[in-house]
Amino acid sequence: MSNLLVEEKQIVYPGQVIANGMDFLPSANVLRDKDELVATKIGMISLNGRFVKIIPLTGPYVPRDGDIVIGRVTAMGPFGWRVNIGLPSEAVIPLKDGSSDYLQRDADLSKYYNFGDHVVAQVTKVYNGKLFDLTMKGPGLRKLAPGRLMTIGAAKVPRVIGKKGSMISMIKDHTNCKVSVGQNGIVWISGDEPAMEIRAVEAIRLIEKESHTSGLTDRVKEFLEKKK
Amino acid sequence: MSYTKRTDGRKFDELRPMEAKVGVVKNAKGSAMFKIGKTIAIAAVYGPRDLYPAHLQDPTRAIIRCNYNMMAFSGSGDRVRPGPSRRSKEISMITEKSLTPMVDLKAFPGGVVDVFVELVQTDAGTRCAGITAAALALADAGIPMLDMVSAVAVGRIGDKVVLDVDKEEEDYPDGMADIPLAIANRTGKITLLQADGEFTKEDLKKGIELGKKGCAKILEVQLKALKEKYEGAKK
Amino acid sequence: MNSLVKDHTLALLAKGTREDSRKTDEYRDISIEYGISPKSAEGSARVKIGDTEVVAGVKVEMGRPFPDKPDQGSIMVNCELLPMSNPKFESGPPSIGSIELSRVTDRVLRESGVLDFKKLCIEKGEKVWNLLIDIYPINADGNLFDAAYLCALAALKDMKFPKVVDEKIQYGTPSKQGANLVKDRLPLSCTVWKIGDHLVIDPTYTEEQCAEGRLTVGILPNKALCALQKGQEKALTSDEIDQMVDLAIKKSLELRKVFEK
Repeated sequence: MSNLLVEEKQIVYPGQVIANGMDFLPSANVLRDKDELVATKIGMISLNGRFVKIIPLTGPYVPRDGDIVIGRVTAMGPFGWRVNIGLPSEAVIPLKDGSSDYLQRDADLSKYYNFGDHVVAQVTKVYNGKLFDLTMKGPGLRKLAPGRLMTIGAAKVPRVIGKKGSMISMIKDHTNCKVSVGQNGIVWISGDEPAMEIRAVEAIRLIEKESHTSGLTDRVKEFLEKKK
Repeated sequence: MSYTKRTDGRKFDELRPMEAKVGVVKNAKGSAMFKIGKTIAIAAVYGPRDLYPAHLQDPTRAIIRCNYNMMAFSGSGDRVRPGPSRRSKEISMITEKSLTPMVDLKAFPGGVVDVFVELVQTDAGTRCAGITAAALALADAGIPMLDMVSAVAVGRIGDKVVLDVDKEEEDYPDGMADIPLAIANRTGKITLLQADGEFTKEDLKKGIELGKKGCAKILEVQLKALKEKYEGAKK
Repeated sequence: MNSLVKDHTLALLAKGTREDSRKTDEYRDISIEYGISPKSAEGSARVKIGDTEVVAGVKVEMGRPFPDKPDQGSIMVNCELLPMSNPKFESGPPSIGSIELSRVTDRVLRESGVLDFKKLCIEKGEKVWNLLIDIYPINADGNLFDAAYLCALAALKDMKFPKVVDEKIQYGTPSKQGANLVKDRLPLSCTVWKIGDHLVIDPTYTEEQCAEGRLTVGILPNKALCALQKGQEKALTSDEIDQMVDLAIKKSLELRKVFEK
C-alpha cells in the first residue's frame, strides 16, 4: 500500500517522510530509505506522475552543462585560465575557448582575462563533480565591466530569472540597469543611476525572500513601479 | 538516595524552555541560534568550499569540519581562557561525528563544509545545544541530509532518570551520571553517545527512550524555526 | 582586490553616494542591546551597525596588582575575529587584525580616564579587580573598529560587580555596584576611512576592501582626543589627518547620543 503524505507545492524539510511504499519514485533531492521516500533539503514538492522531486529553497550550486556562471579568474597558464565560482571545484577556461581570437601558446593571456577579473562564462563539460570546463565563446559571455556584485542562493536563481527570463527582464526594464545572473548565485548589476541599481538589488532580495509564494511577479512589479 | 523533586521543579521528562531562530549570521550559507534553559548556542555553516591542506581532502565526498568554542564570558565561574582546549577539541570532533552519518556530501568531492559553533552563555547541555544548532544551520544551508539530528543530555540522578540535565543537577552532591545523546529523529538512530558517572544498563535504556522523546520535542522547535524563515512570508 | 567592485565603489563615491545610498559621512542603523549573557557575564552587550553584529562580555577576577601600580586594578581587552562571522576569516590563533582591534579598543578605554583604576583596588599591594573584556563579531560586514569599541563600552555600562563572600567571588550574584564609568571622561571611538580621494564613515566589508587608509580616533566629551591609530598602507597628508579628526569628532556626537539613549 503506497501513501503520498504530501501535496504539490507543499514545503518539506530534511528527514521528512514524503511517501510510503514502492509506488512512488524518488527524483531530485528525494531519497529512498527502505520503503520510505525522504526529503533531503528544504524545498517544494513537485509531482510528475509517480516521480516526486523537491525544488530546493536553499542549497549549494551544482554545475550542469550549459549553465551560465559568473566567476573570478584566479590563475592562468598554458592550459588557459582557472576560475573560482564559489565551490570546491576548479573551473577552467581552456585556451581554445578563451576567445574567438586565435591564441598562441605564448600569448599574453592577461590581456584577455587577468587575475581578479570577473567573467560571465558558460559551462561546457562537467567532469566528476569536481572539475569542469567553461567557454567564453558565445553570446553575452564576456569580462564584466565595473558594477556591483551580489550573492543570492543558487536555489533562487530560477525564480530571479523567471519563465523565459521574464522576471529579470522586468527588473532590467524598470531600473534601466544591465543585469547578469549566474546560475551559481552571483549577480552583476550596472546602471547609470545608483538609486536604480539599489532598486534592482532590493527587487532581487524580495524575490529571494518570497520565492515560494504565488503572485510574486505582481508584487515585484508593484515594488518596481512605486515612486520613491 | 531518592531524587523526588528536580532542582528547578521540572517533571523528570520535561525539557527546559527552548527558543530557536534560523538565519542569524547573514554572511554564512546557513545559521541558527538555539537556546535551551540558559544555554545559548549559535551555529554557522560555510561551504561546501575548498579544503586545504590537500591531504585532508576526501576524493569521494566533502567532509564536515566542526569548530566548537565557548566565548570567554560564557562560563558561570571564572573567565574561560580563549583558544582551543582539549575539551573543546573533543566536543568539536564529536559534533562532527554526530552530524556526518546524516549528511550526504558525495556531490562535492574534495570539499569541506565548515560548521562553527559558539556558546554565548552556558548552563549545562552545551555540546547538545551546539549539535542541535548545527543541524539547524546545515538545514538552512541546504546541505543534503537524510535526517534531522537533535541532541539532549539525559542523566541518572539519585534513583531517577531525567531529561535535559541542568547545571545544578550536574553538580548534584551525591554524584550523578550525565549522558549526552544525539538522535536522528526519523530513524531513531543514535549519532552521539557519551556518559560519565555511575549508572546501570537499565538506566541507559530508560535514558535513551527518554532522549528520543525529548529529541522529538526539540525537533518541533527546530522545524518551527525553519518554518518561520521558509514559510513565514506566505501570503 | 577585484577591480570590478573597486572601480564601481569609486564611481559611486564620485557621485556622492554608496552601495546602499548612504552619504559618505553616514552611519548605518546602530542598535545596542544590554545583558545578552546575563547568567555568565558580569556585563554583556550586543551592538549592530547595519549588518555588522558584535557581542561582548565582561568577566571580573581578583588578582595581584602590577608592582609599579600597587593601588590600581586593570582592564584587559581581547577581540577575536571569529571565522563564523566572515568567510574570509580563518581559524587559528589570533590574527594581527584581531590583535590590532583588541589593542586599539583597549587604548581608547585606558587612556580616557573613564575608569578610575584606583577604585578597582581592594587591598593596596595585595588585591585588585581586573576587568576582562572579550569581544566577538557574529557577522562581520565592515567597521569592526567602531562596533567592537561600542560593544565593549556597552558591556562595561551593563556590568555589576559580583558579591564577595569570605574573599571569594560569588559569581552569579550581582551586587548593585557597577563599573562606575566617569561620565565626563566617557570616550567614543570613530574610524574614518580613505577610499580613493573620499573620506568615508562606517564602510561595509566590500567598501573596506577598496580603502587605502584609515584613522581611528578616541574622543572625549569635551572634544579632546585620547587615542589614535592610523591603519593600512597609504601615507596621509597632515591636511587629511586634520579633516579626518574633524569628521571623527563631529560623528562622535552622534555616537554619544546613541550610547546615552
